[in-house]
Amino acid sequence: MMAMPDAIYGGHSGVTSSDKPLEYRDPNQSVKILGFWLFLATDMLLFGCLFATYLVVRTHTDGGPTARSIFDIPGFTLETFFLLTSSFTGGLSTLAMRNGNKKALVSWFAVTIALGLAFIGLEVHEFIGDVASGATWERSAFLSAFFTLVGTHGSHVTVGLVWMFLTLLQVAKRGITPITARKVFVVNLYWHFLDVVWVFIFTVVYLSGRVM
Amino acid sequence: MPSGFMQFADKYLMWKEGPMIWGSDVAILLVSIGIVFVLTYFHKWKWLWREWITTVDHKKIGIMYLICALLMLFRGGADAELLRTQLAIPNNHFLSAEHYDQIFTTHGTIMILFMAMPFIFALFNIVVPLQIGARDVAFPYLNAISFWLFFFAAMLFNLSFVFGGSPDASWVSYPPLSELGFDPGPGENYYLLALQITGIGSIATGINFLATIFKMRAPGMKLMHMPLFTWSTVAACVVIIFAFPALAIAIALLTLDRIFGTHFFTILHGGNPMMFVNLFWVWGHPEVYIVVLPAFGVYSEVVATFARKRIFGYSSMVASLMLISVISYFVWAHHFFTMGAGADVNTFFAVASMLVGIPTGVKVFNWLFTMYRGRIRMTLPMLWTIAFVPCFAIGGATGIMLAAAPADYQYHNSYFLIAHFHQVLIGGVVFGMLAGMYYWWPKMFGFKLDERLGRWAFWFFNIGFYVCFMPQYALGFMGMQRRMYTYPADMGWNTLNLISTIGAYIMAIGFVFIVIQVLYSVKYGERDLTGDPWDGRTLEWSLPSPAPHYNFAVIPTVTSRDVWWELKEQGRTDELKPKAEDIKPIHMPKNSARPFFMGLAFFVAGFGFVFDSMWLGFLGLAGVVACLIARALEYNDDYHIPVHEVVETEATLGRLG
Amino acid sequence: MAVHGGVTREPGHKKHKATQYIVGYLSSLILTAIAFGLALTHTMRVGPLIVVLTILAGLQIVVQLYFFMHITEGDGPPFHALFLILGLIFTFAIALMSVWIMGFPAFMAQVS
Repeated sequence: MMAMPDAIYGGHSGVTSSDKPLEYRDPNQSVKILGFWLFLATDMLLFGCLFATYLVVRTHTDGGPTARSIFDIPGFTLETFFLLTSSFTGGLSTLAMRNGNKKALVSWFAVTIALGLAFIGLEVHEFIGDVASGATWERSAFLSAFFTLVGTHGSHVTVGLVWMFLTLLQVAKRGITPITARKVFVVNLYWHFLDVVWVFIFTVVYLSGRVM
Repeated sequence: MPSGFMQFADKYLMWKEGPMIWGSDVAILLVSIGIVFVLTYFHKWKWLWREWITTVDHKKIGIMYLICALLMLFRGGADAELLRTQLAIPNNHFLSAEHYDQIFTTHGTIMILFMAMPFIFALFNIVVPLQIGARDVAFPYLNAISFWLFFFAAMLFNLSFVFGGSPDASWVSYPPLSELGFDPGPGENYYLLALQITGIGSIATGINFLATIFKMRAPGMKLMHMPLFTWSTVAACVVIIFAFPALAIAIALLTLDRIFGTHFFTILHGGNPMMFVNLFWVWGHPEVYIVVLPAFGVYSEVVATFARKRIFGYSSMVASLMLISVISYFVWAHHFFTMGAGADVNTFFAVASMLVGIPTGVKVFNWLFTMYRGRIRMTLPMLWTIAFVPCFAIGGATGIMLAAAPADYQYHNSYFLIAHFHQVLIGGVVFGMLAGMYYWWPKMFGFKLDERLGRWAFWFFNIGFYVCFMPQYALGFMGMQRRMYTYPADMGWNTLNLISTIGAYIMAIGFVFIVIQVLYSVKYGERDLTGDPWDGRTLEWSLPSPAPHYNFAVIPTVTSRDVWWELKEQGRTDELKPKAEDIKPIHMPKNSARPFFMGLAFFVAGFGFVFDSMWLGFLGLAGVVACLIARALEYNDDYHIPVHEVVETEATLGRLG
Repeated sequence: MAVHGGVTREPGHKKHKATQYIVGYLSSLILTAIAFGLALTHTMRVGPLIVVLTILAGLQIVVQLYFFMHITEGDGPPFHALFLILGLIFTFAIALMSVWIMGFPAFMAQVS
C-alpha cells in the first residue's frame, strides 16, 4: 500500500481512528456497513409485505388445513430456541472479532452455523410433514402465504449459512483485518436481523395461529 | 424437420401475426448485423468491452443509462403512436384487439420502468458524485450490477415482442386476468420476470446513492450545503428503498401463482386478487414520486442557474422534498377507491393524497419566486422548466379532483385519469428529464445541443402535448374508458379522438427533432471548453467537460451552498485548480466484467422461468450465485492512479494551478 | 459522534466483555418464554393477548438491535438508525394498513 492516499473515491482522509470498534475504523469499510444497514431496511419491507399478505389471507383455508391443525408446538419451540441461541453465538463471534481472537471467532462461527443447520433441518422436516399430510401450498391461499413467508425466511437463513461459511474461510485464511472484521460484522448483522424476523414469525404465524 | 420448424415459428416467432412482427424481425436482424459490422470494421470490440461493458465509472454508467432511456422512449413512443392511430376514428381495425392490449401493456411498462427509471438513474449517476465532490459512488461495482440488471431486464422485456408474445394484461397486470387460467402463454411471465430483475437493480441503486450522499461528501459540505438535485436524489432513493420491495413481493407472488400453482390472487381456494392490487400500489404510487422528485431537483438547479439567483426558500425546498417522500407512502389506496373498502379507508387516503399537494405547491411557488426579478436566460433547460410549471399545475389540480373519493367513482379508469397522469408524468417527469439532459449534456460529452433545433423540438412537443391530452379530459367526462380497443361512431367521441391523435403525431415530430438535434450537435454543436457553459453554481461546473475519470484531482473543501458561484463572485476560482504538490495517488475501483455476466445470468434465469423451463431458470440462478461467491472472495478490486499520471492529465486539461 | 455501548468502550486497551451479549441472550429467552407461556396456556383473551404478543416482539427488536447489532455505535451521524426506524414505521404501516384496507365489508362477506 502507498503512504496515506485519499480514501476510496471519497473526500474524507483515510485516517483510521482507534476510538471506534475495529469494523468501523477504516472509512472504506464503514461505508459498506451503512450500505448493509440500508439493505436490511429494504429487506424488512420485503418481509413486511409478506406478513401483510399472510395476515390478509390467514383465514382463507378453503376448507383445508388450518393454522391450528398443522402447527406443531414442540417443533416451532425448538426452532425458536435454536435460532435465538445462534443469534447469541453469532454475537459472541463479533465479540471475538473485536478482541482480535481469531480462534474464538472461528469456533463461534462454527457453532452458529451448526445451530443454523439444525434450525433449517427442523424447518425442512416440518414442511415435509405438512406436505405429506396434504397441506401443500397449492391447497389454499393460507398455505400459499404460510409456506412463502416462512420459506422466504428459511431461504434467507440458508443464504446466511453459506455466507457465514465463506466468511469463516476468509477469516481462517487472512486473519482479522479491517476488511474481514467488516465482513464478520455484516454477516452477523444479517443473522441477528433474521432472528428478529423469526420472532415475528413465531408471534404472528405460530402463536397467533394456535390461539386464533 | 420443416413441419417442426413451422410449429416453432408459429408458436414462438409468431409468424402468423402479420407484418408488424415480420418488420420487427427484419429490423432487429438488420440493426444487429449493422452493429456487429460497424464494431468489427472500426475495430471497436475491445474498446466496447474495456471502456463500457466492464466499466464501473459512474459517468459512463450514467451515459449508458441515458442511451437506453432514449431508446426506450422511442419504443414506448412508437407504441403510443400505434395506440392513438387505432383510436383516431371509430370502428377502426388498424390493430387487432389482442395487439392493442399488448401494445398498451408494453407502452405503460416501458415508459415507467424502462424509460423513466433509467433516465433518473442516468442523471443520478452523472451528476450526484460531481455535485458532492466525490470520485465515484460508494459502491461502484454494485452500481455496474444495477445497470446490467436493468439492461438485461429491458432486453428480456423487449424480446417478448418477437419471441413468444408480448404481455397483454396492462402495466398493472391485475389478477385474476393476469393469472394463468385467463392469460396463458409467456407474455405475462416476461412482464413478471423482467420487472423482478430490474427491481433488484433499482433497490441497489437506491442504497448506493444514499450511502454515497451520506458518506462521500467533500469535506465541509454539510447536508444543508448540498445542491437541491442531490437532495432530490436523497428523497427519491428513500422512496426507492422502501417502495420497491413491495413490487418485488407483489410480482413474486403472482409469479408463484403462475409457475408453481399457489393461490395468492386466484379466485379459487381462497385467493384474494385485490391483495395484489393493494401490494402493487404500495409500490406503484410511491413510484411516481420516485420519478418526479429527481425532476423537481433538475428544475431547482435550472431555475437558480438561469435566473442567476440563489434558489428561493432552500430549506423549505428540502423539507418539502422529504415530506413528499414520506407522505407518498400513505396514499396508495386512492388507486382503488372503487373497491369499496368503506368510508373510513377512502377518507383517510383521500385526505392523505390531497396533503401531498401542499409541499408540491410550496415547491412551485419557490421556483416562481426564484424567477421573480431574476435575469432569466431562455435556454433550452429553462424553456422546459417554464413549460413544466403550468402543465404540472393543471395536472396537480386534476389530481386533487381524482383524490376526492366520491368524485373518483365517476372518473375512475376513464380518459380523465389517462389525461391526468400523462399530464403529471410527461409535464413533470419527461419535461424534467429533458431539461436535465440539456443542462448536463455538455458535462457528459463536452458540447452543447443545438439551441435552434431544440426549440423546434420544444414547441412541437409542447403544442402536441396539449392537443393530445386536453381532449382526453373531455372524453373521460363523456364516458370513454381507458383500454378501450375501439368505439362506435355514435358516441360523440369522434372529433376529440381525432384531435388527440393529431396531437400525438405532433409530439412524435418533436421527438424526431430531438433525434436530429443530437445527431447534428455531435458534429456542429457548440464545444464546451471552459467546463462551465451555463455559468453554473455547483461543483460539477468547476470541472472540465467531460470530467477526467477520477473527477477531482484534489478533493475541494466546501464552505457554503452554491460553492462554485461563491468562488466566482469572489474571484477565487483558481483555488479549485489542483497544485502539483497537493496531488496524491488516487484510489480507484478496478473495472470488472462480473456485473455484465451477472446480468446475463439473470437474463438466462428469467428466460428459463418465462418458458417454465426450470433447469434453465435454476442454471441462470446458479450463475448468479457463482458471481456472488466470486465477489465475496475477491480482495484485489482497487488500484491507485500514480501522481505523475494525474499531473499529466491535469496539465493537458490546462488546470494545473 | 460515535456512541458506544457501555461495555465496548476503548477497544485495543481493554478486552471486550461478553456481559452485554449474555444480557441480550437472557432477555430474548425471557421475552420468548413469556410470549409462549401466555399464548399456549390460554390465560388471556385473544384481543389483549395479540397486543401483548406484539409488544413482546417489539421488545425483542430492541434487544437484538441494542445488544447484538450495536445500533448505537457507528462512524459519523446515526443515519443507519434513522433509516431503520423509518423502515420499521413503513413496515408496520404496510402490514397493518393492508389488513385495514383489505378487511372491507363486501369482501369479508364473500369469504366467510
